[in-house]
Amino acid sequence: MRNLLTRKSFNFAFIISVGLLALLPLYVEMTGDDFYLDLANRLMILAIAAVSLNLILGHGGMISFGHAAYLGIGAYSVGIPAYYEIYDGLFQIITAVFVSGVFALLTGAVSLRTKGVYFIMITMAFTQMAFFGIVSIEEYGGDDGLVIDTRSTFGNFFDLEDTVTLYYFVFVSLLISLFIVKRIMESRFGMVISGSKSNERRMQSIGYNTYRYKLVCYVLSGCLCGYAGALLGNFTNFISPEMMDWTASGELIFMVLLGGSGALLGPLWGAASFVLLEEWLSSITTYWHFFFGALLILVVLFARGGIDGLLSKIGLSK
Amino acid sequence: MFKKVLLLASAGLMVMGSAAAAEKVKIGFVTTITTPAGVIGRDMVDAVNLAMEDIGGKMAGRDVELIIEDDGFKPAIGKQKTDKLVKQDKVQFVTGFIWSHVLLASQKSALGAGKFLISSNAGPSQMAGKLCHKNFFSTSWQNDQTPMAMGEVLNLNNVGSLYVMAPNYAAGKNMVAGVTRTFKGKIVGKDLTKWGKDAQLDFSAELAKAKASGAEGIFVFYPGKAGGAFIKQYAQAGLQGKIPLYSVFTVDSIALPKLQKAKMSGVMGSVMTQFWAPDLDTPQNKKFVSGFKKKYGRYPSFYAAQSYDTIFLIKSAVESVKGDLSNMDGMRAAMKAANFPSVRGKFSYGNNHFPIQNFYSRKVVKDSEGVWTTSVQEVVLKNHQDTYAKDCSM
Amino acid sequence: MDWVLIITQLLNGLQLGLLLFLLASGLTLVFGIMDFVNLAHGALYMIGAYFCASLSEVTGSFLLGIAIAIPVTAAAGAILEVSIIRRLYSKDHLDHVLATFGLILCFDTMVHFFWGPEGKAIELPAFLDGRLAILPGVEFPTFRLSIILAGLLIAFGLYFIISHTKTGMLIRAGASNRQMVSAHGIDIKSLFTIVFAVGAAMAGFAGMMISPITEASIGMGNEIIIVAFVVIIIGGIGSIKGAFLAAILVGLIDTMGRSFLDTLLKIIVSEESAETAAPALSAMAIYILMATILAFRPQGLFPPKGR
Repeated sequence: MRNLLTRKSFNFAFIISVGLLALLPLYVEMTGDDFYLDLANRLMILAIAAVSLNLILGHGGMISFGHAAYLGIGAYSVGIPAYYEIYDGLFQIITAVFVSGVFALLTGAVSLRTKGVYFIMITMAFTQMAFFGIVSIEEYGGDDGLVIDTRSTFGNFFDLEDTVTLYYFVFVSLLISLFIVKRIMESRFGMVISGSKSNERRMQSIGYNTYRYKLVCYVLSGCLCGYAGALLGNFTNFISPEMMDWTASGELIFMVLLGGSGALLGPLWGAASFVLLEEWLSSITTYWHFFFGALLILVVLFARGGIDGLLSKIGLSK
Repeated sequence: MFKKVLLLASAGLMVMGSAAAAEKVKIGFVTTITTPAGVIGRDMVDAVNLAMEDIGGKMAGRDVELIIEDDGFKPAIGKQKTDKLVKQDKVQFVTGFIWSHVLLASQKSALGAGKFLISSNAGPSQMAGKLCHKNFFSTSWQNDQTPMAMGEVLNLNNVGSLYVMAPNYAAGKNMVAGVTRTFKGKIVGKDLTKWGKDAQLDFSAELAKAKASGAEGIFVFYPGKAGGAFIKQYAQAGLQGKIPLYSVFTVDSIALPKLQKAKMSGVMGSVMTQFWAPDLDTPQNKKFVSGFKKKYGRYPSFYAAQSYDTIFLIKSAVESVKGDLSNMDGMRAAMKAANFPSVRGKFSYGNNHFPIQNFYSRKVVKDSEGVWTTSVQEVVLKNHQDTYAKDCSM
Repeated sequence: MDWVLIITQLLNGLQLGLLLFLLASGLTLVFGIMDFVNLAHGALYMIGAYFCASLSEVTGSFLLGIAIAIPVTAAAGAILEVSIIRRLYSKDHLDHVLATFGLILCFDTMVHFFWGPEGKAIELPAFLDGRLAILPGVEFPTFRLSIILAGLLIAFGLYFIISHTKTGMLIRAGASNRQMVSAHGIDIKSLFTIVFAVGAAMAGFAGMMISPITEASIGMGNEIIIVAFVVIIIGGIGSIKGAFLAAILVGLIDTMGRSFLDTLLKIIVSEESAETAAPALSAMAIYILMATILAFRPQGLFPPKGR
């Protein structure tokens, strides 16, 4: 952790992947394999969500089993205005971030009073409430979800209708969110957060109100994930309560752990391997869930530190 | 010199060969393979495979490639798979779709890319009305039609009050709307239950309410595995013989073998409506049902029948343009004419590309070998067109 | 309101509650003693149901099927514990969640592979398939009554074992202070395996009892396991008494919500939105209950002492 923040050397794996992602549209332009653009788009959006989860889970030790709620809130913040023919991206994104923040503040204030597995389960409970809340609203499609006809527009400057525009918008968003999380973790605030992960009592005894720090961190993470949700809604053109299913939260946790919990770039590796594995395995066999599940168990048993840990072992990261 | 000509010729052959390979007829088929609903998907996949055999794997001399994708019973995954079919596999036809909400989520991905979209089952009201599209066709029905026929059956049987149960999703709501439209009696109670991959399957509370409501009949729509579970609980709760069951898409060739195994003889004689039954007397249906039974050892469901039709509809389109897959207008016109051997017999397409067809009442009976199946009774709605066609601007 | 309906729904709620208790008791024991979060507990519920369905088919008797399926499920639980779960105890909760999430995927796929996607129905013997008049005018399915009976019997049995036997003492001690038990030279490893197998058997039994009603199907445990977690969180992790009361409470709230909420909602909103909102809101009710309880008692209603 400390190592990552102080080392000045280049992170080769990161530079290579950013380079590849930046050039991908060019490749697609030449070959016409639009599908890879979709794949990379989804990968990057999920990476942003995983980055936000990593902020509280990896750095802060708060195991949220309900982070998919923010993906849903963000997506519906695009979908519901679009339903009323409001396509202004700025408005949609501000709504997504604001509503996510409020939801995180309210649920976090209650959840953070609990510890350990009670925290895991109460965050899940709040997400289930959001899930059933959306299901119950007939107007916005209920269980069936909502089709988003038109993607966000940003005044006369640009809109996200074009896949390549959306792609670069997501790409830049990913870089910015990585940067923001890096800055947060380097700040005094970040030190308190990671300090309270390793020893909360000590942080309290030196006079920090860790509850407040954690709550702020929780809200920040919710806001960022809400933003990812807004991107996801734009990308899929379709939103449904399914996005907030508890299994979706489980998948986000998986991405963080697979990539290497607590490592800045872990979520990127995690989301990438998750999306690519899913695509690859499901194209081979109908029974791909089995291998996916087995992999999860193996990661837990044998690969602590995740992919980032692996990369740094062979000197490509950190 | 001679060598050069040979080289050129072989190069020419190779180019031709690769051109022919590139212009395979590619059909994407989105259905549910995993989750308990996979049992429906299996029936559909079996039917399209049978159809592929029956046409010899070729349409207008071109090879046909069938790509099957699993939507996992989730709209979002269905859409993802449709995108993959369109963008990576570059199919010309996207077909399948059991679930209305999956179809609604996926339609833009196929139609927006200028592909033909053919629903082999789902018939949500939106696709028949406001969202109707020149490249969208259905080989099934619009959701409201079958329950509308059921409403007529209820009127004929002088049912005065009705308790309604359906799953809480697009098709469930359409089914309820359909029966409400034609049923002249009073609806005394209504339950929409949770659906999706974690669907509610224990109906104790709802059945107790139905029993207490004193309705003269109970109307249900529980497709797939929920159907069998519902009928067992209906019997266990003591409703059998007290409140007769009128169902749509619930008692079918998927539920019946299991009900027969569990000896739920109460379902015998139960009435439902449908556009098709295994014993419907058309040449294509005879060929289909006997072929299906021979190959898979069981009766096909209506899902299978519609999927079988899908392949023949596409074949008629491809053959009408002599395999010129770039001729979208020609293929569209051919499909619109519905000039193919359908299991339901001759029918025509309405302005919204939903079939205008007959709806029959059917009954559960034993066949000559003692296997439980459904049999056509009489025509309830003749050449019926759905009510949303007027909202379609085509 | 109709009192026959109310009594029927109370019984339905009780039946659901006891079913939840069968699941939750194993979950809370495993959780309390081994400090292990087992999302895959629902998978045991599922395989219990499938074992029972196949065995009933082979033996031609549901009761015989159950009698054999229970030890088979327990054995499957023990094998699972020795081969995988045991290696996870030393890891943290996050790892448990993830690994057992993986196990769910594996189990669901294996069931799909071995039994196919269509699910399995179980035929009930005639004497269980009817209805019983429990009060004049109130008929209730015999089989649902037998779930209630079996659930109550197991609850009393567990209560007896835990409060009156040596094993029970160890379990109680384990739930409040693990290190202490092992420090006294108790073979903690086998105790863990036994507790896990018993939990598996109870979960499996719950699955066996529900599948004559709903059929055994893939993923049948994935929804109910979350509800079972809600139950043990409300009850307090490790507390059998808490699990029992919370299970009944959750069962009643869920059933009553499904039965009467739409009627209540119709008073304030339109009929159509009441009909679609009611099932969702009644599903939400148990989570609201849990969040409210945790807000005031962050360790649930009956947290075992010493934690």
